[in-house]
Order: sequence, then structure tokens, then C-alpha cells
Amino acid sequence: MRTSCCTNETETDRAAAAPKSPQPAIAKKLGGDSIFRYLTTFFAFSILAILALMLYEMAGESLPAIREFGWKFVSSKDWDAVQGSFGALPYLYGSVVSSVLALLLATPLSIGAALFITEIAPGRLGSVVAPLVELLAAIPSVIYGLWGVLVMAPWLQSTVQPFLIEHFGFIPLFEGAPYGVSMLAAIFILMIMVVPIITSITREVLLAVPQSQKEAAIALGATRWETIKIAILPYGKSGILGAAILGLGRAIGETMAVTMVIGNAPNISLSLLSPAYTMPSVIANEFAETTSKLHASALMEIGLILMVVTLIVNAMARLLIWSVSGRAKGGAA
Amino acid sequence: MNNKVQLEQVNIHFGKTHAVRDISMTFPEHSVTAIIGPSGCGKSTLLRSINRMHDLVPSARVTGKILVDDGDIYDRGVDPVAIRRRVGMVFQKPNPFPAMSIYDNVIAGYKLNGRLPREEADEIVESCLKRVALWDEVKDRLKSNAMMLSGGQQQRLCIARTIAVKPEVILMDEPASALDPISTLKIEELIEELKERYTIIIVTHNMQQAARVSDYTAFLYMGDLVECGETKKIFTTPEQKQTEDYITGRFG
Ligand SMILES: Nc1ncnc2c1ncn2[C@@H]1O[C@H](COP(=O)(O)OP(=O)(O)OP(=O)(O)O)[C@@H](O)[C@H]1O
Ligand SMILES: [Mg+2]
Repeated sequence: MRTSCCTNETETDRAAAAPKSPQPAIAKKLGGDSIFRYLTTFFAFSILAILALMLYEMAGESLPAIREFGWKFVSSKDWDAVQGSFGALPYLYGSVVSSVLALLLATPLSIGAALFITEIAPGRLGSVVAPLVELLAAIPSVIYGLWGVLVMAPWLQSTVQPFLIEHFGFIPLFEGAPYGVSMLAAIFILMIMVVPIITSITREVLLAVPQSQKEAAIALGATRWETIKIAILPYGKSGILGAAILGLGRAIGETMAVTMVIGNAPNISLSLLSPAYTMPSVIANEFAETTSKLHASALMEIGLILMVVTLIVNAMARLLIWSVSGRAKGGAA
Repeated sequence: MNNKVQLEQVNIHFGKTHAVRDISMTFPEHSVTAIIGPSGCGKSTLLRSINRMHDLVPSARVTGKILVDDGDIYDRGVDPVAIRRRVGMVFQKPNPFPAMSIYDNVIAGYKLNGRLPREEADEIVESCLKRVALWDEVKDRLKSNAMMLSGGQQQRLCIARTIAVKPEVILMDEPASALDPISTLKIEELIEELKERYTIIIVTHNMQQAARVSDYTAFLYMGDLVECGETKKIFTTPEQKQTEDYITGRFG
């Protein structure tokens, strides 16, 4: 039964490929295959080539700024296009703080959501929630930004920030006046934007945990929560970390929504209530009106830093995720 | 001898599949009972009903009575988690926790009871590993990852992990089928030792193994219990023709 099924399939495949060329089926198939292989290899390598070319070009364009400022470029907070002095520290600071804090909030939330989908409500409810979460990832970031600036920022300004100032104002994190648009707004927006990604990857990681691992825990008398704690999460640990880092990569590179809600002021302030600035935002805001070659070069250098950081972060994340799914496959074999 | 586990008219369905049909039998305390039968006859299904593993399968339905020490484990109000602590299980494929050390694997289940002082944990690890004859092989690398062990060692580790919880009954589903002959022999010797303290129910495809390790044998065929009784008797003078055919390998 099975075998006949398989034969059928190959025959249809061949039939589908047949009309293109009059040659005998087998020869044509081989020819098509090798052309296809060369073509895909070519495309794969051209992507790498484009990447290398981009890095090379950006490095070249950044060179004037690199020569002029050296390491001071990343340690100085003095960004003055008129004076021609460029220090990118406020943007680095804004990017790192906003994405790391967003990640710290988003990761537990996402793990919880993924556990809910896979372990707590794996039936119909889970199968409804999962695609909904994925859908959130498809919303254009400008929409998030619009919502952030029209709905969330006013709400922060009128409710959340005054509350924080009143009750926690003695902590430097919550000092100052309620502006609405602020680091806090950016953190929230980024959190909302990375939760779907982290959730859906964590879900896949959790689904890769073998049944035998769960059964091992359950047979020892573990409750559902204990099973999650001793079998499921430890098994998926590195994959979940990978998911979080992938979220970090996304958060660092996110431009539109952050630019709309962060306030775009190159401050380095401990307070989350004050406006800040990020690397992608400054590029987006200033590239069209550069005042000098050096200004353009400085923006390019920020872009270079951003690109290298995201590449490294993404590569790390992929490695971690692969390590889990690879192990799951090995275990199943 | 006491009957530790008793099945009364147990039926198990998966949706429309009737996997176990009306089985009644007893498992005497401190004995080894082997469950044999062709693939798909319901051995694992029957075994897993004795510690309520089917609770995890939404389509599974268990009816009838399964008594452990005279209490029906399927009674309302019985906590399946408490049952699984009394009725432990060893699986076909060794499944140590890969993120844990050998040491942590042994006490993984025990630790669920609450905080465990260091000395007590050391003691449990040592005594359990000694009982599964693994201590000498691993005592110098207790902190290394459990996946470093061979398959046979992993399986003995899993048994150690199971007995660390101090169960009364141990269910084993083809515990040696993934192992080489030497490891298999070690597991069989271990079962011999363990029966002093525990009641053991073992599913096996290996007739010699059933004959070697078990005191009682039950033969299942297509969800029915064809015959059960003392292993000696089943293997020498079975009452049913079917049993004889299966044991002698003339099955068809
Ligand atoms: N989770 C499940 N869902 C649906 N049907 C199941 C499930 N588990 C077992 N069955 C069915 O129950 C019957 C008995 O299966 P079981 O695994 O108990 O056989 P077995 O005797 O252990 O076989 P083997 O020797 O191959 O392990 C089979 O028909 C099987 O398809
Ligand atoms: Mg089985």
C-alpha cells in the first residue's frame, strides 16, 4: 500500500516536470537538477557577497569618522552637527537600555505564553492562541508606533508615570517629569513587539521536548508545574535563550515604532521617564539632512556598529536554537 | 503472599480502539511478574494504567478497578501524583534528564518532596547507585553530565532515580530492549535484587528474559489476558494452545 503510494508520487513529479523539455525523462531530470543546484548555490553565495559588500562599503564610508574620532566615537556623548563633533554614546546607551529592558520584561511573558499554548492548554484553546500570537508579529511596526504615540504615550503620561513618580520617585529610575514619550514608552513598545517572536520560537522549542522527558518527570510523581520545571524548561533552556536573543536582535534594530515614542533626545539619563534616542532612530531622523561629509560618515559608522551587533546577536541566537532542535532530532533517531 | 496490585475487569479504550479487554489478575507482593505477548497486544497500555500514566492522553479511558494495597487508584479524590510516587516506572528507552548531572538525576524525583539537606542527598545518591550496581562505575564523576554514560548505565541510572523516590511497585516497560547482552544481564540481576523490596511488573519481548527473571507470567493477546500463572508452569505446561505457540515461537 505504502510503496505504491510513493511510486505514484514520483510519477506525478516527473509528469509535472515533463512538458518543459522533449528529452528523455531521466536525462532531463539530471540536467535540471544540476542546473538547479548551481543556481541555488549561486544565489546563496550572492547573498553572502552582498552582505560582505555592504559591510565593506559601510566600513569605507565610516572611515572619515573612524579616523577623526577613533574610540571617542563610542565614548563621547557630544553630538553636534554644527560643531562637527560626533559622539554616539547616547544612541548606544538608548539602544542597549531600551532593548535589554524590553527583553527582560518580554522573556518571562513569552515563556509563560508558550507554556500556556503547549503545556497548559494544548487542546483547542492553544491552537487558537498560537496563530493569534504569530499574527501579532506580522503587524507593521509603524502601526505599533502609531498606537504607541496616540494611545500608550498619553496613557503613560496621565496615569503610569505620575503614579511611578509619586510612589517610586525616590528611585533614580523613576525621577523627573512625566513626558509620555520616553525611554519607558520605547521599552513597552519593544516589549509588545518582541513577545510574539520569542513566544513562537519558544513554542517550537517546547514542542521539540521529547515525550519521554515529560513522562520521566511525571512517573517520578511530578505535578504539571514540576514537570515543566525539572524536565521541559531545562531541556529547552538553550533554545529559549536563543529565542530571547533573537528578540534582542529584533529590538535593537527596530526603528520606526521606537522613533515615534522614545522622544528622540540624546540624553543619558538613569530615569526611564526621560526621553532618549537610539541608533536606528538617529540614522532615520538625520540621514536626509546631513550637514557635512563627516556627519554622514558618523551616521554610517553608527549603522556599521548596529549591523555588526545585530549580525552577532542573530548568529548567537540561531546557534542556540539549532543546538536544541538538533538534539531533539538526534534523540528521535 | 499478599496481593500488592489487583486488577478487576480492567478495560482501556483509546477513542474507539479497545486496547485492553476485561482483564482481571493479581500481582503478589515482592515478586516479579512478566507480561508477554505479541506487539500491539496492549502490554504497555495495561502497564501504564497501573500508575495512571493514561491521565495524560485525552482520548484514553480506563474502566474497572485497579487496587494497590486494596485502594482503587482510579477512585475519585485519589491524587495521581501520589499514586505515581508509590508506583514508579522505568521506560523502554533510557530517559535521564540531559541537563542534569548523574547526581542530580538520582535525586530529581526525591527533591520534589521539598528541600533536601546535603548529607541526606549524598546518602541517597550513594545507596541508590549502589543498589543498581552503578556506584563503582560513576563514583568519581557524579557531577558529570548523565548523557556521558552508556545506554546500559543510563538505564540503571533511571532505575536508581525511580527507587530513590521509594516506590512500592516498579513498572518496567521493556527496560532492556535497547541494551546489549551484558547490560541486559546486569539489569536482570538488578531486578532479582530489587524484588526483595519492591513488587515488580515487567513487560518484555524476550522469552528467556521472562523465564529467567519472573515468578509469574501473564500472556496477553489482542487485548485479552489469555493465561497467567507461575512462570514455571506457563513455560512448561501452559493450559492454552495459544500460549504454547507463542512461547515456543510457533506463533501465527
Ligand atoms: N496513546 C494512544 N493512542 C491511541 N491508541 C493507542 C495509544 N497507545 C496505544 N494505543 C493502541 O493500543 C494498542 C495496544 O498498544 P500497546 O502500546 O499497549 O502495545 P504493546 O503490547 O505494548 O506493543 P509493543 O510490544 O509493540 O510495545 C495498539 O493497538 C495501539 O495502537
Ligand atoms: Mg509496548
